[in-house]
Amino acid sequence: MAEHPFTILDEGRATSVAADLAGGRVRLSPNALERSLGWVLKPEGLCLGDVCVPIAGRAGVVADGKVDLQALAELLQRPLALDLDERIASLGASARERGEVLKGGIAPDFRLPDLTGREWSLGGLRGKKVLLVAYASW
Amino acid sequence: MWQALYEELGDSGFVPVTVALDRSADDARPFIDKARPTHPSLIDTEHRVAHLYGMINVPTVVFIDEAGRIARPSAMEYGTDMFKQFHGRESAPFLAAVRAWVRSGKSDVPAEQIAKRTVPPTPDEELARAEFSLAWRLHQQGQVEAAERHFVRAGELSPNDWTIRRGSMPIRGKNPMGPEFFELFREWDANGKPSYESLAAQRNR
Repeated sequence: MAEHPFTILDEGRATSVAADLAGGRVRLSPNALERSLGWVLKPEGLCLGDVCVPIAGRAGVVADGKVDLQALAELLQRPLALDLDERIASLGASARERGEVLKGGIAPDFRLPDLTGREWSLGGLRGKKVLLVAYASW
Repeated sequence: MWQALYEELGDSGFVPVTVALDRSADDARPFIDKARPTHPSLIDTEHRVAHLYGMINVPTVVFIDEAGRIARPSAMEYGTDMFKQFHGRESAPFLAAVRAWVRSGKSDVPAEQIAKRTVPPTPDEELARAEFSLAWRLHQQGQVEAAERHFVRAGELSPNDWTIRRGSMPIRGKNPMGPEFFELFREWDANGKPSYESLAAQRNR
């Protein structure tokens, strides 16, 4: 099966992989899946770190040794923006998980640069009271 | 204002972290040069913070305590009254709430109210954020027409999200203070001016 260069964004992080695009599906080798999204195909299912999602009985997630990106997004209840013509997809966050984190009062960590290029992380400010202010020129 | 607050309260273990949700450092630079911050003043061209904290407009502020817990969820607040005639919200009660939180450790939003005051995102809103990321990437690769389709889709999926609808205007060659903005403003006004407060009340019933 012919493979095509394909870009996958995982909450903004971009990886270029080869994907099988036959029949309007995006099918990735286990290696491409791991490089782009971190999920590893194991006998117990698809695993990210210690978390494994069983795929037995889940039609269409894995076939012929390849993982179907659209079926995976559905399995994980994560939104997938897709442009097959431009060969790019963006996997977003689960609304349910994001809502639970924020309602639970957990401040998600992030890492961003300042104007000089110095990287800062929220976690590095632990022990201080942080006033987070998002603004924009628009 | 945030720099002045830092100078006033920095010795009490307080630090403002300002995050520019702009397409480039150059867009934010004039604001930062003027403010001359000594606190972290960050650039977020991918809208990471907006995504992680469910932000739908600016300015949005969050209190985060010493243990990394949210002490006051996303809300629109202002450090000055410069644009009060447009939004009608005074800065003084908010600045008093910041000072009280820093000095006493007590947020004006009690811990048991955090969940109720948080806007839980919908699946369509999260899909919109994924569409925005895709569109922005396409635009940066020079695929401007394809990008436009996904910017439009993102706005349709998340009509209340100004970080998408207004925030994409400079990228898309539209004036964020021009006709498209006034159209967005009219729509928002006609829909009852949805805010963090009204959306939280609706969704957490």
